Order: sequence, then C-alpha cells, then structure tokens
Amino acid sequence: MMDALGEPQSVLVLGGSSEIALETVKALPRNRLRRVLLAGRPNAARHAAVESLTALGIAGVEAVDFDAKDTSSHGAVIDGVFDASDVDLVILAFGVLGDQDAAEADPSLAVEVATTNYTGAVSVGLHVARRLRKQGHGALVVLSSVAADRARRANYVYGSTKAGLDAFAQGLGDALHGSGASVLVVRPGFVRTRMTAGMPEAPMTTNPQDVAEIIVKALRKGKETVYAPGPLMYVMGVMKNLPRPVFRKISEKQG
Amino acid sequence: MSTKAVKKSIAPVNPLRRDDNERLLTGWGRTAPSMAHVVRPESVDEVRDLVAKAGERGILARGLGRSYGDAAQAGGGTVLDMSAFDSIDLDTVHGTVTAGSGISLDALLKTLVPAGYFVPVTPGTRMITVGGAIAADVHGKNHHVEGSFGSHVHALDLVTGHGRVEDLAPTRKADHFWATVGGMGLTGVVTKATFDLIPITSSLISVDTVRCPDLDSVMSSMVEHDDNYRYSVAWIDSVSPSGRGVITRGDHAPSSQLDPKQAESPLAYDPKIVATAPPFVPSGLLNKFTVRAFNEAWFRKAPKSRQGELQPIGEFFHPLDGVQEWNRVYGPGGFIQYQFVVPDSAGYLIDYALKRLREVGAPSFLTVLKRFGAANPAPLSFPQPGWTLAADVPARVEGLGGVLDELDGLVAASGGRLYFAKDSRQSPEMVAQTYPRLAEWQGVRDQMDPRGIFTSDLARRLSL
Repeated sequence: MMDALGEPQSVLVLGGSSEIALETVKALPRNRLRRVLLAGRPNAARHAAVESLTALGIAGVEAVDFDAKDTSSHGAVIDGVFDASDVDLVILAFGVLGDQDAAEADPSLAVEVATTNYTGAVSVGLHVARRLRKQGHGALVVLSSVAADRARRANYVYGSTKAGLDAFAQGLGDALHGSGASVLVVRPGFVRTRMTAGMPEAPMTTNPQDVAEIIVKALRKGKETVYAPGPLMYVMGVMKNLPRPVFRKISEKQG
Repeated sequence: MSTKAVKKSIAPVNPLRRDDNERLLTGWGRTAPSMAHVVRPESVDEVRDLVAKAGERGILARGLGRSYGDAAQAGGGTVLDMSAFDSIDLDTVHGTVTAGSGISLDALLKTLVPAGYFVPVTPGTRMITVGGAIAADVHGKNHHVEGSFGSHVHALDLVTGHGRVEDLAPTRKADHFWATVGGMGLTGVVTKATFDLIPITSSLISVDTVRCPDLDSVMSSMVEHDDNYRYSVAWIDSVSPSGRGVITRGDHAPSSQLDPKQAESPLAYDPKIVATAPPFVPSGLLNKFTVRAFNEAWFRKAPKSRQGELQPIGEFFHPLDGVQEWNRVYGPGGFIQYQFVVPDSAGYLIDYALKRLREVGAPSFLTVLKRFGAANPAPLSFPQPGWTLAADVPARVEGLGGVLDELDGLVAASGGRLYFAKDSRQSPEMVAQTYPRLAEWQGVRDQMDPRGIFTSDLARRLSL
C-alpha cells in the first residue's frame, strides 16, 4: 500500500532495464519499499539492473520475464505479479527508437517499433489497468515523449508510436479517474540514455535522474501529465501549433 | 430466459467499468484513497451472507471514517456501512446500554444524557460508532482512571469469518473477545455491544483549568494532580519552544453545583454545530503564521487558573465537533496525526518529538498530551501506562517522513508504540517490534477468520 506520505511498498517496472525507470525507482522514497519487480527479457541489462538496485540496499528486487511484443503472454505475467500481492506503482517504460532510414527501406522494421512501443503498451497497459481497478488503488506511469506532440521527419515512426501511446494513456487515465487508480503521462524531451547515445543533443536536454525526480514529484502531487523538463510544456505548446512549412524547416535544422 | 439475456451473460464484463456501489474511501486525514464496494446491510443475516460471499479482496466494517489513516478502507473489497445497526436499549437497572455497532456516540449521547447517563469513554470526537470504539479500543480523558472503551464492554455480538454469530464477553471466549477489542475490525463484524454507563445528575462538567508556562510544569502538574480528577488532558503549544500548555481537568458536575436556572433542566443536552469548513481550502492556508496565531490565541484564551467552571459536554470533550469537516483545513494534501505512547521513563521524548516536529516545519494546530493508566488484556490495544502525545501535521511537509521514522525508532526503543487508529505511515517492522503480542493475536484471528477475508488497507500495509 502507498502510505499517507506517498511512500510505496511495491513497484513493477515494465521494461526493467530502462534507465529512466531505474532512476525513478532510485528516486522514490524507499523507507517502505519491499518489492521491486523488473520485468523484461532475460538479458545482461536486466541482470545488471537487478544488481544495481540491490547494491543500493533496496529490498526485494527481482526480475520477471516479460516480452512487450508477445502480447498473448501479458495477461498471465501481470496476473502473476498482482496475485502475489498488491502493486502500488507500475512504470511502463519499454520502448525502442528504431532506425528511421532503415524502417523506410524495410517497413517490417517500422512494424517492430510500432508493435513494441504501441501495441505492446496498449496490451499490457490494459492488463495493468484491470488489476489496479481490482485492487482499488495504485498508479501507472507511462513514459511517452515530446515526440508524441508533433512527429518529426527524422523519427516519425517512433514519434507516431508515442503519439498513439500518449493518446491511449490519456484515455486510460480518464477511464480510471476517480477509481483509486491513476495514470501519469510523462513526456520527456531529449534524455541522455543508451537509446540516444551518439545523437546530437537537442535544446533542454536532460539526464534520466532529472526525469526521475520530475516523475516522483508529479506522483506526489497527483498530476496526470508532466513534461521533463517542465518548461518543455510551453515549447511544445508552440511547436504543436506551428504551420507545417515552418515546423519542417525547424526540424530539418535539428536533423 | 431470452436469448438476449444469455448473450449478455457471455459478453466479457468490462473490468474498468464502475459499479454503482463503488466508493472512493479515505480516513479522516484524507490521504491514500482506495476504491471499495460499499454495501449497507440491514440485518445480522445480511451481514452473514455478505461475509460468506466475500471475495479475495476481503470485507471490512466501517463506521464514521474517523480513524485518520487507512484503517476503515479496503481497496477492491467490500466495505460494510453499518449505519442500519442503530438500536439503543437502555437498561436502567444495571446502568448499561446495548447498542447497535453502527450507532454514533453523538446519537447515543442524545438519548443517554437526558436519561442521566454518560458513555464510559469518549475520544475527542463523538462522531464515532460503537463498533469503531471497540475496534480501535478508543481512549478518552479518563484513561488514567477508567481505562479504554473495551474495558467497559460486557458483551458483544460478532459475525466471524465462519459466518457464525459469536456472543463474546470477557468471561466467554475471552481470547476472541480481547482479539476483537482493539482488533481494528479484522476478527469480524461487531453487530451490537453491551457496555457500562456513567450515571450523571447533570449534563455539565465542572472544569478546572491551569495554564503552564512550559512543558516541564505541564508534565509535573499532570503527574501530581491528574489522579484527583476523572478527566484530564493538556493542550500543548506546538509552535512555542517552551512547550507551554493548558491543562483542563474535571468531572461530571453534580446537580447541586448548578445555579437555579441550570437546575431547571439539569440534564439538557443540545450540542451545536457552529460552523462547517469550506469544501475547498487552498493548500497554503495552513502555514507557520496561521498556526502560530492559532496557538497563541488558544493559549491566551485560557485563564491562568480557574476552578469549577461549568462547561457543556460538547465544549469539554468534543471542541472540534463544533466545526463540521474541520479536516478540510489541511487542504488537498491531507494530514496525518502522529500519536505515540511512551512509558514514564521516556517522558523526555515528548519534548524531543515536539522539537523535531518544529524543526521540520510541521505546523500542528492541535497537540494534545495525556497520561495513560493501566493497559487492558487486548493484545493490540494501544494504551499502556505512560505519556501519550498526539499532533496533527499536514502530510505534504517536506522531510516529514524521515523525522517521523526517527521518532518511531526512539518510541520503539523506549518500549512505546503508535496508535493504529491514527496511523497512516508506520512500517510493518515497527508494528512487529512494538506490539509484542501481535503473533498471539494473529493466531486467534486466524481461528476466527480462517479464510483471511477480513482485511483493510491498514492490515495490508502493516502485514497484520
């Protein structure tokens, strides 16, 4: 149970090696934390994630096998986690950037990105929502992106999946409104992670730790949407409304 | 059955759709809400039926929701609104009453006082139910002399996890009885209870007030003089580093003490609601300055010393009940009430706790200090001999969690503990350490509820 001071006892991370999600777990108040489940495919990154959280003295860190693309398995995975005990916080953090050039050449690669980022998220998101409703409490954090606000030439396959995910998460939040369960949509800008390594940095670039802090604060305040960094909200407010030719020019410059 | 109906039953039920009986519940502190199916049974058989049908998310009786934390909510479960159990059966021969578990002390007093009786124990609010008083084993200003509510209960009816009605008493199935007293509703559903009353000849309280310049003088006065009074409590100025305070003590005034006008209707009882807190309060309203001003005014309004002032029941016992929904003044973030008891040997922790709460900038409107008398046999009953301090603080104060955890550690080390009815944030480890009879209680509870259907958010959070 989440306590009166917003201290969670149990957390489930979908996309268990996501840097933003791991930093979020580290940034959570952890005086009551007793169960942290990192769900993802069994690999070295997931193993390292379990090790790194355990090394910080966080109790009950465990790996759970989960494949975002294998939607038929999602129900059983989520039921297994929730049947064992209540989950106070779920962080939906998996996603791939994909290679826009390659995807344009081979649409099946675009389908891969869409399946993971959108289809997989919709599937597992609904299973999580069902269980949060059943337990009558809990929060779901969905990692969207500013790319959801306006698709750019350079990564519109990724951007479109985040746009779909973002719209889904907002609707899900509305469906759960007033039910004791809630959804927080997080829209980070450019974050220095493995996913963006080697890419030219955009203005207002942040680190996963910064995003994590923003998420934890937003959870505490019961917010439904948050940008990281916060002022990106105003930037994107302008971007969303720019005429296409102008936006094309700007995004071309950014590459 | 038409084919249409059959089809309908095959269509998958939308798990996100809201049922009509679902309600978002919180405690009085308005923190950590959860959704439950709220059902209002009207008979014992209906309660038994609901218990028999209870699902994996459990079932719990709820009174008026005055516990501060998550004791009276059960996320995803069935929560019983017990307000239909509102019978009052006064036995003037024995001076007892048999009351439905859902009746409030407020309603009870309206019947009892004009008949010349008072409840054996009342906490700082009369807006609690008989069932809640037993479940939390509540205490009042007379604890140092007369103990907690459960000590005055002769008998109670409980629907257990087996769906049976057990007739419990301190002399009948004593282990089940005492597991239910202070058991936070986790042994079953109390449907009615018989308890002692205090005979009174007037509805007024004869009150002695003493204003003390610092915490030491408050505490030494209480040690020295409390035993001479049935009721005693001290209000402490939580803002002033001196820990100054006002002690009010008293007893039911005999009708002979009343002036001729009062003596015309010595048992008149008409508590008034003087105000209602506004539905929306901005989160910044309660700050260092307003709390300082309030505490200053509260201290100043008390006389330096006054003997035998006659006060109505409401003014003496339930000053906050005069303001309906006063819990809203803490704003949307809600608040917590931190209440602990420590043995006399650790009385210095009172001063330290006040100091730490001041340092973290947790403004407390009402801070109350009281001496407890002997404990009763209930394994999870909170009161034990020593000092108990209760302070209201807004939940969103930065750094509050760390300070309270630190105080928890000191309270536990001194042999003290926290009050479940107020708790919304202690750790399961703290409970295991400070309620040494927890395992014994769990053993009895498991006999009474073998399927483990009685649960609450508090029980889940603290692994009770």
